[in-house]
Amino acid sequence: MNLTLRQLGKRYGAIAALDAVDLDIASGELIALLGPSGSGKTTLLRVIAGLLSPDSGRVLFGEREATRLSLRERNVGFVFQHYALFRHMTVAENIAFGLRSRPRARRPDKAAIARRVDELLQLIQLPEFGGRYPEQLSGGQKQRVALARALAIDPSVLLLDEPFGALDAKVRVELRRWLRRLHEQTGQTTLFVTHDQEEALELADRVVVLHNGRIEQVGTPDQIYQSPASGYVFEFIGRGNALEGVVRDGRFVSGDGTSRFAAQGIADGHVVAQLRPHDFERVDSGKIDSDGSDDGDGIRARVLASHLRADRITVELAVGEIAKPFEWDMIDSTDAAPPKVGERVILRPTRAKFYPRTA
Amino acid sequence: MIDDPLREPAWVRWTLIALAVGAMVLLVLLPLLMVLSAAFGEGFRAWWAALEEPDARSALSLTLFTVAIVLPINAVFGTLMAWALARFRFRGKRLLLSLIDLPFAVSPVVAGLCLVLLFGSQGWFAQWLAAHDIKILFARPGIVLATLFITFPFVVRELIPLMEQQGADEELAARSLGASAWTMFSRVTLPNIKWGLLYGVLLCSARAMGEFGAVSVVSGHIRGLTNTLPLHIEILYNEFDTTAAFAAASLLSGLALVTLVVKFWIESRHGDVIAASHRRTS
Repeated sequence: MNLTLRQLGKRYGAIAALDAVDLDIASGELIALLGPSGSGKTTLLRVIAGLLSPDSGRVLFGEREATRLSLRERNVGFVFQHYALFRHMTVAENIAFGLRSRPRARRPDKAAIARRVDELLQLIQLPEFGGRYPEQLSGGQKQRVALARALAIDPSVLLLDEPFGALDAKVRVELRRWLRRLHEQTGQTTLFVTHDQEEALELADRVVVLHNGRIEQVGTPDQIYQSPASGYVFEFIGRGNALEGVVRDGRFVSGDGTSRFAAQGIADGHVVAQLRPHDFERVDSGKIDSDGSDDGDGIRARVLASHLRADRITVELAVGEIAKPFEWDMIDSTDAAPPKVGERVILRPTRAKFYPRTA
Repeated sequence: MIDDPLREPAWVRWTLIALAVGAMVLLVLLPLLMVLSAAFGEGFRAWWAALEEPDARSALSLTLFTVAIVLPINAVFGTLMAWALARFRFRGKRLLLSLIDLPFAVSPVVAGLCLVLLFGSQGWFAQWLAAHDIKILFARPGIVLATLFITFPFVVRELIPLMEQQGADEELAARSLGASAWTMFSRVTLPNIKWGLLYGVLLCSARAMGEFGAVSVVSGHIRGLTNTLPLHIEILYNEFDTTAAFAAASLLSGLALVTLVVKFWIESRHGDVIAASHRRTS
């Protein structure tokens, strides 16, 4: 079922948890609500579920006005971060709960409920676990049971609150790939909240980036990563290096004048240039004069440290007077030895994003 | 073998254990044995005779009557109150939480006097009560009210930390799955708190049977009518009827022992639930 949010607002005292949020979600989409804590992502999910009521705005399920419907009437599948399985019921009883709680007129008979439970146990790949209690399951298994329990009521939308937040790293990756496949099978309209960019980018059809209760950007993972709409999204979505300066005639010059590179098609003015750690190439060091008279393009930097990671070498660099060290990833470490600490290097950005300076 | 850093030398351990056991024997076990030996000092026949006496019978039945009324009321209202306090945020919640402890903090005698102030012949409701011919003081209603007041905190105090620790997520999950409020309560809330509730009710019943101070003020000590078991014991003791006093005392101790056994059973079977709530209280 498609979902429409219009001008949703929610305040806690002086803090806006949601500020005029508009969003259209098509039927069958898998959507990530991404943001740091306090960005309003969980508030948004809870408003959609009916766990919180908004101060203003509307929630529509399909054509149906749902803003004033209670949690019970909305028929949403909500999966809690800490699973919230009924601890005194078996896995099968947990999954059957929603169907058994229906008023007699709409309640399937016992055999039909048992069949549905079996189907769902198959779907979550725990067919032998119906008789176990939640405390006998691992975190990942609990989360899958919670998902099956939510799916049992054929919800109009599936809402997941930090679904992998309480799991360890390896299980988390496995489970999200599994969830992706499950979504392809069921085609259930699904929203999940996460603060993990990697999770959002890998799993979702579209990512909604939230910041201070506002939507910063909505887009496919590719759009979000390749063309962040704002400096905030750029910094949040991955590691980045920020350089303040001025663009004039298609060239960027940093505030202290030591860094210069092309900025084609960018309007003149004060900007912040944002550079990913892997979007640099090193310029031949022979061109650096000891008196710094070199006037070619590039970012002049001094090596502070280099760290060997699993798939790369990350070099920390001091650039001008900027307090936060730059990070430069040398992906292809086989043919280039990492520079020594204290060595001076010139880097040329292969790709840069420019955002207007706000202050 | 590596020494456990928390393990004290043997002599320290044994001294501490001996001290603890010694204190228990001296302060708890010995007095209990004294009660029993005094109760049966003149033989089983005298013990039975003291209990068969009509005033003793009436005191026992009044005590059981009081417990039978107080327990369900405290269980129901205690659960409701704990639920309201654990699940909702509202103005004055902290004040209410502190007020729940009032019966523990205030001397039972003072609690009794409060009832006298309200319902006594000079009290606020005196005229209205007289006009409707309702007797509260020096009658059963007064005793029940005093006991209710004294024992109110047990269930609430037991449940609030338990409910806070369990959180509201399971209840919200039940609602989101379409459960009615009653289905949610009966199939999720109650099963999750039942052992804590039983434990609270048990503590409540032990206290309700033993309550002396508040009941003493409001009862009027009318033999055969408004004497509970503890009051009956005191009267016998003051009249130097030692055997009868201790016979009745042994009965009260017996009830306490039964409570203790049930409590022990709950703790050993469902200790995790109760321990969780006690960690939070302390």
